[in-house]
This record gives sequence, C-alpha cells and structure tokens, in this order.
Amino acid sequence: MATATITTESGSGGHSPGRNYLNESSGILSWVFTLDHKRIGLMYLVGVMSAFLLGGTFALALRTELLTPGPTTGMTHDMYNQMFTLHGAVMTFLFIIPGIPAALGNFVLPIMLGAKDVAFPRMNLMSFYLWMGGALFFVLTLFLGGLDTGWTFYTPYSIDTNTSVVSAVLGAFVLGFSSIFTGLNFIVTIHTLRPPGMTWFKMPLFLWSLYATAIIQILATPVLGITLLLLFAERTMGIGIFDPKLGGDPVLFQHFFWFYSHPAVYIMILPGMGIVSELISVFSRKAIFGYRFIAFSSLAIALLGFLVWGHHMFTSGESKMAAIVFSGITFSIAIPSAIKVFNWLATMYKGSISLATPMCFAQSFIVLFSIGGLTGLFLSTLSTDVHLHDTYFVVSHFHYVMVGSTLTAFLGGLFYWWPKITGKMYNDIQGQIAALIIFVGFNLAFFPQFIMGSRGMPRRYYNYLPEFQTYHQLSTYGSYVLGAGLFLALWVLVQSLLRGKPAPMNPWGGNSLEWHTSSPPPLANFEHTPEATDPYDYHANKYDPAVGGYVPIPKAQKTVDPYGGIE
Amino acid sequence: MDKSQDTAQFVAPPWVEEGSTFWFPVQSSTVAPQVDWLFHFILGTSTVFFLLIVGLMIWFTVQYRRRPGAPLLESPHHSTALELTWSIIPAMLLIPMFFWGFIGYVEMRTPPEDSGDNEIRVTAKRWAWLFTYPQFDGFASDTLYVEEGKPFKLTMISEDVLHSLFIPAFRVKQDVVPGRYATTWFIPTRPGEYTLFCAEYCGKSHSDMLAKVVVYPAGERAEKLTRVIEIEEKETPPLERGLKLYNRRGCAQCHTTDGTAKVGPSFKGTFGTQQKLADGSTITVDDNYIRESILEPNAKVRGGYRAQMPSFKGQLKDSQIEDLILFIKSLNEDKK
Repeated sequence: MATATITTESGSGGHSPGRNYLNESSGILSWVFTLDHKRIGLMYLVGVMSAFLLGGTFALALRTELLTPGPTTGMTHDMYNQMFTLHGAVMTFLFIIPGIPAALGNFVLPIMLGAKDVAFPRMNLMSFYLWMGGALFFVLTLFLGGLDTGWTFYTPYSIDTNTSVVSAVLGAFVLGFSSIFTGLNFIVTIHTLRPPGMTWFKMPLFLWSLYATAIIQILATPVLGITLLLLFAERTMGIGIFDPKLGGDPVLFQHFFWFYSHPAVYIMILPGMGIVSELISVFSRKAIFGYRFIAFSSLAIALLGFLVWGHHMFTSGESKMAAIVFSGITFSIAIPSAIKVFNWLATMYKGSISLATPMCFAQSFIVLFSIGGLTGLFLSTLSTDVHLHDTYFVVSHFHYVMVGSTLTAFLGGLFYWWPKITGKMYNDIQGQIAALIIFVGFNLAFFPQFIMGSRGMPRRYYNYLPEFQTYHQLSTYGSYVLGAGLFLALWVLVQSLLRGKPAPMNPWGGNSLEWHTSSPPPLANFEHTPEATDPYDYHANKYDPAVGGYVPIPKAQKTVDPYGGIE
Repeated sequence: MDKSQDTAQFVAPPWVEEGSTFWFPVQSSTVAPQVDWLFHFILGTSTVFFLLIVGLMIWFTVQYRRRPGAPLLESPHHSTALELTWSIIPAMLLIPMFFWGFIGYVEMRTPPEDSGDNEIRVTAKRWAWLFTYPQFDGFASDTLYVEEGKPFKLTMISEDVLHSLFIPAFRVKQDVVPGRYATTWFIPTRPGEYTLFCAEYCGKSHSDMLAKVVVYPAGERAEKLTRVIEIEEKETPPLERGLKLYNRRGCAQCHTTDGTAKVGPSFKGTFGTQQKLADGSTITVDDNYIRESILEPNAKVRGGYRAQMPSFKGQLKDSQIEDLILFIKSLNEDKK
C-alpha cells in the first residue's frame, strides 16, 4: 500500500516521511530515559502483557490441578494456595488495574487531545518505574517463600502466615503510587491541554472514562496505601489494629481494604467501557447515542463506587442496617451500567456495522459485561448473597466483569489502536477468529462456575467433592480454549510486526484526533497543532480504496453537499 | 425423595444428586425456598434483559451490516425520553429484588426466641469444626446433630483466623471471627446428611475443613444423639472422658491443674490430702468430698476461698462425676 505517500499527501507537510516516535531516536537509553508518552505507553504495554502471561500461566496450572478432586498434577495444598494468591495479585495489581489506563491510555490520551504529551512527562516516566519496582517486589515475593493469603490479604491470616507478606504488601504499596501518578497526570492533562474548541462535551468518551477512572485512582488508592502500611506495621511490630489477640479487629481490615478495592473494580472496568464506546461508534459509523448519558454515567459509577464497599461483608457480621444500606446503594450502580449498554445498542441501530476485529471484541464485551453485570444482582440481593458469597458464583461473576469485560475491551482497544501504535496492519480474519475463540473459551471456562457456585462449591478450594467434578472439568477445558485464543491473538500481532502491511493514517474511519496524524505518529504527535473535531462525525471522512483507509472529505465538497458528503 | 418444592423448577441434569435442581442443592431449611425463589426471580428478569440485549445486538449487526457504497442512514443521536425510559424501568425492577432480599436477610439474621433452647456452641479452628451441645451435658463432636422442624441457634467463635460456616443445603453462611461471637440459626426441614464447608479462606487445609450435618426426623434427636453419646463414651477411656468434661463443663475456668490457685483451689496433688475449711475444721479430700462439692459446693468451702461455685446437681450424671473424680485423682499420679 502507498502509505509512505499518504503521510505526505494528506497535508502533514514539513516532516520528513518515515520519521516517527519509534525511529526518531534509537538505542536503549533513548527508551530508558524517554519522556514521550507513546514510548512510555509502549513500555507499559510490554510490561502489563508480561504480567498477564505470568498470571495466565498460573491460571492454567490451577485449572489443570482442579481437573480431579484431590491431587491431580502433583501440586500440594501449599503450592496451590500460593499459586491462586499470586494469580490474583499479579492479575489485579500488575495487569487489570494498569492495563488500559497506563498502557493504552498513556499512548492515546494526549493524541486524542491534540496535545504533544501529558502534562507531567517526568511524572509519567516515574509512574512506569514505580510499576516496575512494584512488579519486582512481586517477583521477589515468589523467591522469598511465596504468598498464600489470597490477593485480599485478609487479617488475621496475613499476620499469622509465614509466607512473604511484607514484600508483597510493599509491592502493592509502590504500585499504588504508580496508579496515583497516572491518575493525577491524566486529570491535569485533560483539564489543561485540551485544544481550542474542545469543550468537555466534545471530548471523546474514552477520555471521559479515563477522567472518571483517574478520580478513583487518586481518591481511593491512598486508602489502600494506608491499609497496607498498617498491615506492614501489624506484622513487623504487632501494633494491634487488626489482630484480635492484641485487641484489634480483623473486620476493620476488610472495611479498609474494600474501601479501595471495590472502587478499584471501576478502575478496571470504566476505561474498558470508554474503549467500547469508541469502538461501537466507529465500527457502526454512527455518532454515539446519548453522549451525555454515557459521560455522566461514567462519573456516576465512579462516585457511587465509593459507597458500596460494605457489600463484601454481608456475611461478616456487620450490622443489619449497614448491610441493607450497602445493598441498596449497590443496586443503584446497576442503573448507569444499564444506561451504557442500551446506549451502545442504540448506537448500532441504523449504523453501518463492520465486524472488524476490534468490533468483535466490543461485541464480546457487551455480552460478557451483561452476564457479569446481571449476575451482580444476585450478589447485591442480601438473602441470595448469603448463600452465594465466597462460592464459585462470585469467582465467576468477578471474572466476567474484571477479565471477560476488561480483557476484551483491552484487546479491542489494542487491535483498534495497533495500526496507530506500530504503523502496521494485521490480518483481520485471523483477528476475528482469535476473538471468537477467546469468547467461546471464556464462556466455557467461567459459565459452569456459576452453577457449581450456587450448588455450594466454595472458592479457594484445592480439594472438592466429586459431585462438582463435571463443572470443574468443563471449566478447565474452557480455560485451555481461552488460552489458545489468547495465544492466537498474540500470534496475529507478532505476525503483523514481522510482515504486516504499513498502516494508513486512518484505517477505521474514526474522527477523533489520533486519526488525524500519521501512523505511527511523529515525536510531537502532530506536525501542526490540530483543531478540535467532532469525534463522532462520520460524514467528515470516507473510505479510499487506493489508500486502504479513510481520508478527509475536503471542506469545499462538504459545503456543496448539505447532507454531509455521504459516500 | 421429596421433589415438591414450591419454587421454579429446572430440569436437573443427570449428574446432580437426587432432590436437587439445576442451580441448587436440596432445600433443607425454612429459608431455602425463599432464597431459591428470589434467585429464580432475579434469574428470570436477568435472562429477559440478557436476551433483549444480545438479540438486539445480533439483529442490528445483521440488519445494518456494512454494505460497500451504501449511504449512511440518519437516525437521532439522543432521545431524552427514550433514555429516561430505559433508566427508569430497570430501576423499578431492581426495587423488588432489593426489598425481598432485605426481608429475607433480616429473617436470616434474627433468630426466633425459642432457638436459644437449642443452642449449639461452635468452635472453628484450623482445620476442624467442634460442635458442643449444652443440653447434652456438654457433649462435643465434629458432626452437627440437629432435628427436623426445630429452630437451632449456633453461637460461634474462632480460635485462630477467619472461618465461615456454610451449609449449602440450608442456604446458611456466617463468618466466624476470632475475638467475637457470631451467631446464625436455621430450622432444618428435611432429614438426611449434608455437608458443612468452611467458606472463608483459612490456609493450608481450608478445602478439607468439612463437617457432616445430620438432620434427625422430628422427635428423634434426643434419643439418637443419646445413643451417639453412649457409643462415643464407651469408646473413650474414662480418664480422657474426665479431662474432656473438666474442660467442657468449665471446671478449668476456676480450678487449675498445675498448682496455682485461681478463683478456686488447684487440684494438683490434692487428692487424699488434709485441707482446712473456711470454718476452721479439717477434711480429707476424698471421693465423697469431691462428689459433695460438685453437687453442694457451698456445704464445705476450703479455707481462703469464697463460696461462689455453682451447683452441678442434675447436670452431671453419676458416671460423669465418676470420670471427673478419676481425672482429679490422676493429677496426683502426675506429680510422682
């Protein structure tokens, strides 16, 4: 394809063809000390995907162990407990929480704003190295005797166990700073670096979702930090805040912990919803339906998310009144979530729907998020939660939300922006097949867990009664299919790097600002400061087969055609 | 087996146990039908919405698939009326779910007044459950024995970390926290044997911390449990029985076995000795004195101690007093 000519043809004149952020400078130090948000985003991307590979390997080992009751693979009780703990901790702290904001958000956010970089580029680099530091602590934990508390670190077990709680807690503490720095940076960037003409309500919805996420990151994460420091002090000095032997209250830890970790679920899912809003609109070539409802529902989810932590403690012995209040508020979160789903559907109505790979992931997201969200109703309802709490029903529910939804949104975003990030196109058919296998594998892995959970299978069990074996087997085979789908997706991306066609400026027809610069973008993102666009105006460009992508419709032609220059 | 449960029924797949449904194990307590009913109500509502969402998605994807060269269709980008409709209708549907869940929960968390008559004390520790029956002379076992149709109240404490008592057949779950008593209650409705799980992760053998729940038919618990106790007593050596009684019936709270005085005197090395009483006279600590002190504690109080021990008259059988005396006697032998 004639990409090299496109970049010059399409009016980005002045920059030498072929110069972009990837080849502007070279050598390892040019990456280590880079202040470019795109390179930092790319380093994050490699980091979080490595963490995902590690956590995923643990998951497959766990599922294999669960093929039969009792020992299956030679893994012992202790090894199993350590492995599910590290699976949870690595996936949560190193992959799902930073995945979309820090990796994709870092790359895309400034370009969507037409800015040269984030507001504080050095803080951005710092947040990446803090992430690396936190990741190292987790790896260290592996060598210091592992960790067997579950990712929730519940007291008094976490005070009592002889595994390496201290290094894991320090890791999570450091990661908290990384998260706060990213959130702070995004908030300031969105406030100060929007181009002239881009009002709040002309921002792409992905930015709204990152903004809502950032609010949670900077308000909730410090609570986790303080909680983990208290746990650290409890373990090393025995100060007696959480340990009942010293007069402490173990349930207090749960309150502290979930005051962060419930909002953290929205750190994981909100950016995913933002990506899906972009994908549904672009691949339907239709302006997003109910823009303001979607934007405000992100804020509503972020704010309500702070008020529901007590729903993790319906069976802990908290007061009836507290349980009732938390149940009521938890239900209220269903409304903004439902609004988003209906808005996405309405966006597709009368659209021009293309099932390119990113759209396949976006539609997977809608299905998996619907299942994850609707099963949340069983858990917000007090009397049913008492039965389902701490069973596989909960395991399945949060995997649908945190993995099924967030992962498909992450992959959707990755395949959507991949041509922008790397300048290479991938094989779309292979991408669609990967998306389908991931979808099938995920449901096969996790749907049986709902059934065994409501039938009474508790979570975090190495051993189980024979009556649950059928469900465990289905689930394990599903996890293999899911793993195969993910490796296929990786293979598609690696193939694209090796022999993908050069990407055009705008392969999908999006109109947010990142599609108004070359692929990959130059060091400063744009040759000239761009003007704000209506990100959801699909009459602004049209498909050009010669380019293999979309090109702007000249203004002159638009004024002639009052209907907006439809193809 | 009784299959006439008053909830929505799904055809159970062949691998599930008899009497259970697709989603649930057998219903064996009074709260179970309510929980299952509400679960199926939410399931029905969710299924309708799920099919609506996925159905529309598939329909739009097929109907409006991209056709090269076709013009973009026009349709509104927002509609406040429509958006309010799809916000308010689901919101209304959530209210009954919340409300019925809240009603059911309050019932689960409010033991009926007469449940105290059948109190069972539960101690959780890594990795076993101990159930103590005050109405059966403090008999304790690792099996939970209850009876159809009667309310049972469990008062639970943990000796180490968090545990959670979970009986799926009863739809009952309650965390057991060290340092504070937790309670739960239930009325079993169906005789049989069920599994009790630990649902809160508690370390290495968490997944093996199971116990058996035996539900006896109405009116048969006293008789059957007495037989269980008799059998167990026959199989336990008398000294061990004495030690168990000593700990379970609270002797150890006031009387040590290591020579230090607490509220009452220690028993170490006292059997057969001469002791001064509060009124100045002297007695020999023998079988009769111990028996008398258990039944009429204030008749002859040892010097230096206050008369505050409760009587165990009518609470201990002669055979149990015999076991206790043997145990106290054995504390002399330890010394030698």
